[in-house]
Amino acid sequence: MTVLTEIAESLQRGEDDRVGHLVRDAIEQQVPALDILNNALLAGMSVIGEQFRLREIFLPDVLLAARAMYAGLDLLKPLLARDGVPRAGRVVLGSVQGDLHDIGKNLVGIMLEGAGFEVIDLGSDVPAKRFVDAAEAHGASVIGVSALLTTTMPVMKAVVELVRARGLNGRLSVIVGGAPVSDAWAREIGADGYGYDAANAVERVRALVK
Amino acid sequence: MRPTLRLLDDGLIDRIVSEARDIVCTLGVEIHNPGLLDMLDAHGARVDKAAARAFLNESIVDRAIASAPAGFKLYDVHGRQTHHFSGDQVHFTPGSAAINILDGETGAIRKPTTADYIRYVKVVSGLPHIASQSTAFIPADVPSRISDSYRLYLSLLYGEKPVVTGAFTIEAFEVMKDLQLAVRGSEQALAEKPLAIFSCCPTAPIKWSDVTSQNVIDCARYSVPVEFVSMPLSGFMSPVTLVGSLVQHTAETLSGVVISQIARPGTPVLWGGSPAIFDIRYETTPMGAIETMMMDCAYSEIGHFLGLPTQAYISLSDAKQLDAQAGLETGMGATLAALSGINSVSGPGMLDFESCQSLEKLVVDNEICGMTKRLVRGIEPRDDFPARPIFEELLREKHLLIAKHTRRHLREEIGFPGPVIDRANHARWLEEGALTLGARARHEVARLVAAYQPSGLSADVTGELTRIMQAEARRHGMDALPERAT
Ligand code: B1M
Repeated sequence: MTVLTEIAESLQRGEDDRVGHLVRDAIEQQVPALDILNNALLAGMSVIGEQFRLREIFLPDVLLAARAMYAGLDLLKPLLARDGVPRAGRVVLGSVQGDLHDIGKNLVGIMLEGAGFEVIDLGSDVPAKRFVDAAEAHGASVIGVSALLTTTMPVMKAVVELVRARGLNGRLSVIVGGAPVSDAWAREIGADGYGYDAANAVERVRALVK
Repeated sequence: MRPTLRLLDDGLIDRIVSEARDIVCTLGVEIHNPGLLDMLDAHGARVDKAAARAFLNESIVDRAIASAPAGFKLYDVHGRQTHHFSGDQVHFTPGSAAINILDGETGAIRKPTTADYIRYVKVVSGLPHIASQSTAFIPADVPSRISDSYRLYLSLLYGEKPVVTGAFTIEAFEVMKDLQLAVRGSEQALAEKPLAIFSCCPTAPIKWSDVTSQNVIDCARYSVPVEFVSMPLSGFMSPVTLVGSLVQHTAETLSGVVISQIARPGTPVLWGGSPAIFDIRYETTPMGAIETMMMDCAYSEIGHFLGLPTQAYISLSDAKQLDAQAGLETGMGATLAALSGINSVSGPGMLDFESCQSLEKLVVDNEICGMTKRLVRGIEPRDDFPARPIFEELLREKHLLIAKHTRRHLREEIGFPGPVIDRANHARWLEEGALTLGARARHEVARLVAAYQPSGLSADVTGELTRIMQAEARRHGMDALPERAT
C-alpha cells in the first residue's frame, strides 16, 4: 500500500493523529503537496462524501473524517501556499439578519469544509451588506445564505440584489437554504442555487465554482 | 384514581436540578441583551459584559422559583375562563407557527394564505377538545415583517378562544400587546385576565438572544404569560443521554424563569420546551421520536417538582401526510402527555418537524385529545356497589339499554367521537361511501367551517383591532389588508 492510499484509508476511519503522522511521512518522502492533497486527503473525503450520499454512513462519520482531513491539511497548507495551489473555493456563510437559527447553517459549513472549501462563517443575524462586504474582502466566489423564518427570507433577496448592484454577479454566486426556503423561492429571487440539506448544499456549491 | 406516568424518581430529579443550578451559577448563561445584563447585575448576579455572560447564584434562582406562580388561568376574548394551568390539568392547543399548510383538497404542501388562516380559526372554534387557538401558521400574503402580529390579529378577529402565540422580533411584541389591549380594554384588565401565552426560546446551549430575552421582559411588563421553549438536541447541541439533555433543559428553563421573575415577580410562566433527539441520518429534529416524548414528559415532571405549571411540544408528527405515522406519533404523544399531566400540550394538527399544519389532521387530533382526556379521568366507581341489583335487572330485562343506571352514566362513562373516527360496520361503511380517514376529515373540516358562528366581539373592538393592524401594515408598505381580513 502506498502512503497515499494509507492516508486516504486512515482518513476514512477518522484517525486524525495517524493521518497527521502519515502526511508528515509523505512530506519527508518528498511526495508533492498537491499529490497528497488530491490523491490522499480529497480522495479519502470523496469516498466519505459518496458513502454519506448513499446513506451508508452518517453525519458524525463525516465529521470525524473531516477532522482527520484537517489534521493533514494543516501540515500541507504552508507548502500549498508556497506552490500557489488554490483551494476548492472560498465561501462566505451566514444566517440572515433577524434570524438566530444557525444549526443547519453550521452543518452546511462543516460539510463544505470537509469538501475542501474555505468557509468564512459570519454567524447568525447577518445583514445583507455584511455578506457582500465579506465576500469582496475575502475574494469569495460563493455566498451561502441560510434562513429558517418566513419573516427573514426577504433578506436573501436583498443579498442577491446587492451582489447585482455592485456588479459582482457572474463572479460571485449566491446559494440559499433553510426550512422555509425552496427551489422556487431561489429562482424567484434570482439566487444561483438552493440546497435542501448539507450534502446537497456542497454539491450545489461545487457546481457553482466549476 | 388518575392514571399517571412517572419516568423519573424524586432522587433523580433532585440530582438533575442541582446539576442545572450548578451550571447556571458556575458556567453562567450567555445573554445578548445589555439591559438584561444590567438588571441581573442589580439583582446580585455576577455579570461579565464583555463576554455577554451572567453567573446566577442560588439566591436569585430560589427567589425566582418562589415568586413564579404555581398556576394561572387563561380567558377567552369575552373574559370567560377557559383554562386553569395547575396540578395535573391538561389542555391541548394546536402546534404553532408552521411555515406551510397541507392543502386538504390538492394534497400539496404549500405556503398558507389569509383565507387558510380564517378557515383554520373557524375550524378550531368548533373543536371541543382544543381549548385555545394557537397562531398555527404564517399567512404568506402579507409583508413578512408583520406576519407574526397579523396571525394574532386574525385569531382575535375571528375566534373567541384564547391564543398561544409568540413574536419573531422585539418590535412585533408592541403591536401584539396593543391588539390584546384592544380586546381587554386596559392594561389592568389584561393582567387580571390573560388572553394569550407567548413562546420565548432560549438557544442551546444555555444562551438568550436579544430578541427572545427582550420578549420575556416585555411580556412580564404586561403580566402576559410566557412559555419557555428550550430545545436541546440530544447528541448535537446537548448531551446524547436523555438525563444530560434534561440537565441542559433545566438550566435553560431555570434561566428563563429568573429573567421573567426579575422583570416582574409573579409573572405567570409555563415550564415548557421542545427538546428533540437529532436524527443523524437525515439531519432532522424528530418530534415523533419516542425519546423526544420521553424528554418532554420527564422535564414536565421536573417542572411540577419545582412547583410550576408545564407545557410541551408533544402530540405532533413528522409525517408529511395524514397517514398512519401521523396517527401513531400524535396518538402516542397525546397519551403520554396526558398521563404525565403536562398542563399545556402544543401539537395537534402539526406535521413535518413543526413546519406544516393540516386542518384535516387537526380534526382527527381533536378526537385523539378527547380520548386521552377520557383516559386520565380514569376508572371511578359510580353506582356500582353493591353490584347485585344491576345484575338482577340485566337478568330480568335481558339488556340494559334503557336502564336508569345506563341513562344516568352513559355520557359520563363513554365518549363518542365525531364522524372522523370510523365505527360503522363494514356494510354500513360501504353504504356511506367507503370513505377513507382523509375524506372523512375533509368533510368534517367543511362542516365546521359552515357551522362557524362569528365572534361576539363588539364592532368597536373589532374596528380598533383592524385600525391597529392596518396602521402596522401601512408602516410596512401594504396599503390595504387582504380581503376578508377586515
Ligand atoms: C447556504 O446554503 C444553504 C443550504 C442548505 C441549508 C442552509 C443553507 N441552511 C439550512 N440548510 C439545509 O441544510 C441543513 C442541514 O440538513 C438544514 O437546516 P435546518 O435548519 O432545516 O435543519 C437543522 C439541521 C435542524 N433543524 C433546526 O435546527 C431547526 C428546528 C426547529 C425546531 C427550530 C429550532 C431548533 C429553534 N428555534 Co425555531 N425552530 C424551528 C424549527 C422547525 C423546523 N422544522 O425547521 C422553526 C424554524 N422556528 C420557528 C420559530 C417561530 C422560532 N424559533 C425560534 C428559536 C429557536 C431556537 C433558538 C429554540 C432553536 C434554534 C437554535 C439554533 N441555534 O439554531 C424563535 C426565533 C427567534 C429569531 N428571531 O430567530 C421563534 C420565533 C420562536 C419564538 N417565538 O421565540 C418556526 C418558524 C415559523 C415561521 N413560519 O417562520 C419553526 C418552523 C418552528 C415552529 N413551528 O415554531 C436544511 O434546511
